[in-house]
Amino acid sequence: MSSNEFDSVEKILRVDVTLKRNDFTLQANFCSPAKGITAIYGPSGCGKTTLLRAIAGLEKDVLGSIQFGDVDWIHSRLPTHKRNVGYVFQRSHLFSHLDVRKNLLYGVKRTKENKRRIAFDDAVSLLGMEKLIDKSVGILSGGERQRVAIARALLSGPELLLLDEPMAALDHQSKSEILPYLEKLHQAFSIPMLYVSHATDEIARLADFIVLMENGKTYKHGPLLETVADINSPLAEQANAFSILEGRCESNNVTGIGANPGTPKPKVLLTSINVDGNRFRIPFAPLDGKNIVRLRIVAKDVSICLDRPLRTSILNVLESTIVEIKDNEVKGQSVVKLTVGNQFLLARISLYSKQQLSLVVGDVVFAQIKAVALVR
Amino acid sequence: MLDEASISALLLTLKLALLSTSILLVISTPFAWWLTQTKWRWKGVIEAMVALPLVLPPTVLGFYLLLALGPNGPIGSLLAAMGVGSLNFTFSGLVIGSVIYSMPFVVQPLQHAFSQTDRRQMDAAATLGASSWDRFFSIAVPQAKRGYLTASVLGFAHTLGEFGVVLMIGGNIPDETRVVSIAIYDHVESMEYSQAHYLSGTLLCLSFVMLLITYLSQQKVKPS
Repeated sequence: MSSNEFDSVEKILRVDVTLKRNDFTLQANFCSPAKGITAIYGPSGCGKTTLLRAIAGLEKDVLGSIQFGDVDWIHSRLPTHKRNVGYVFQRSHLFSHLDVRKNLLYGVKRTKENKRRIAFDDAVSLLGMEKLIDKSVGILSGGERQRVAIARALLSGPELLLLDEPMAALDHQSKSEILPYLEKLHQAFSIPMLYVSHATDEIARLADFIVLMENGKTYKHGPLLETVADINSPLAEQANAFSILEGRCESNNVTGIGANPGTPKPKVLLTSINVDGNRFRIPFAPLDGKNIVRLRIVAKDVSICLDRPLRTSILNVLESTIVEIKDNEVKGQSVVKLTVGNQFLLARISLYSKQQLSLVVGDVVFAQIKAVALVR
Repeated sequence: MLDEASISALLLTLKLALLSTSILLVISTPFAWWLTQTKWRWKGVIEAMVALPLVLPPTVLGFYLLLALGPNGPIGSLLAAMGVGSLNFTFSGLVIGSVIYSMPFVVQPLQHAFSQTDRRQMDAAATLGASSWDRFFSIAVPQAKRGYLTASVLGFAHTLGEFGVVLMIGGNIPDETRVVSIAIYDHVESMEYSQAHYLSGTLLCLSFVMLLITYLSQQKVKPS
């Protein structure tokens, strides 16, 4: 999606707020569309949670405006319980004196029937809670607690869902248990969501839009793919700078050559993903080609050659055009933005190599991609 | 066995304790919540005043109450202006005295329980559509359950044992102000040891059983 398209998308939420706390100032200015997940991304302690709490009305002395639909929540002094938001906290905050069922019903009871978005039983099965429903919340695991918290928020019929690093407090196992549910949520509901995170893998997998934050300030927002590939944002300077490409699985999976004669079928080793006409090959993944998949490529895993490298172990070599270059003299690095069809790929190389190869905008080069992660 | 006068004293005492505890629970709930929520710098003054009955000899408290409730005292003259007679030496006067005398035993457990309220669960409730009143009654009060139990038992048991205050403002009027502690004193004065025994024993057992139930139930529900 180009930025023009983003500008034409209907915006449900327009935030322009200031909040002062002792030696910390939050200054946020962004808008987010009526559909999809908007990630709020920034390093720990940059004010992401405070921003989310301010939007929910949980922080005092917030100045500015929070325009949701036709209503300005700050101007009309709307308290939290009237804002119709669902909030999933980092550590669930389930009601300790109630069991799982009563936790879930807490919001249902306080929601008018015509505002409910999901039936109780549907929420229970969507989040796989059939076996948890009569348990006390004290005995649930971290992942289970978070599933209950998500269902509880959904059942209160929110018009905006706020998720504050819902997986940050979970171990790896529980994370991979929650992620599919979040994806289901994304697909099954049109509720706009704000998703606070400092984990690039979660964002690459879930988000459609992104708001970037640092030191209490938002500095950029827009569609995810475009925004992370923006060479001028501080994100591109970070060690973990990355780009995301969207494509579709091709049917011709590559099978191993010279497989054991005893085995009837040679083992499938690779899967091909078509990104705007360019073929990416990744380790085998069971994909059906129906859904759009996302590849995350870290900028430092991309190198540049002037000639097509032959006889290399690297699977993915693309012919590509340089559209932008940004040098960082202090670090002795250059970030190079390359085209992949209509999408973009970032490469980080040393400033020395860039000068050595005398790379300039418009050059046609070969990008060697060492690692490609299938994130969705 | 207990004679008629002793039974009447016992019933009067139970009625007084029940009424005082109920009134205390109702007024202490908002009061204790306010104490946990306020950032007012002079809150300590209020807390010290509430705690006074813990350390003050009951006769001192009773003396001041006697003056306040008397025809020339602030409360007494106010009541007189409203056409109500003096409350000294009446059951109503005893209730007022008991409420003040037992207040710290109800306010403090509630205040402690409310101070444990999880701010974040209250926030979660707000995002689920609960107003501040709703949050208070659906989260804070149920989670202070043990505080309420302690407050009720301590308030009740403490009122049962009230003596000094009653002596000062209640006197010794059968069926009106003659509570168990006064009756026991009377029996001992007139050498009726068996009646004193029965009443004392009853009070001892009652108080012990109530405290026992409280402490046992506290242990059982301690979080694992």
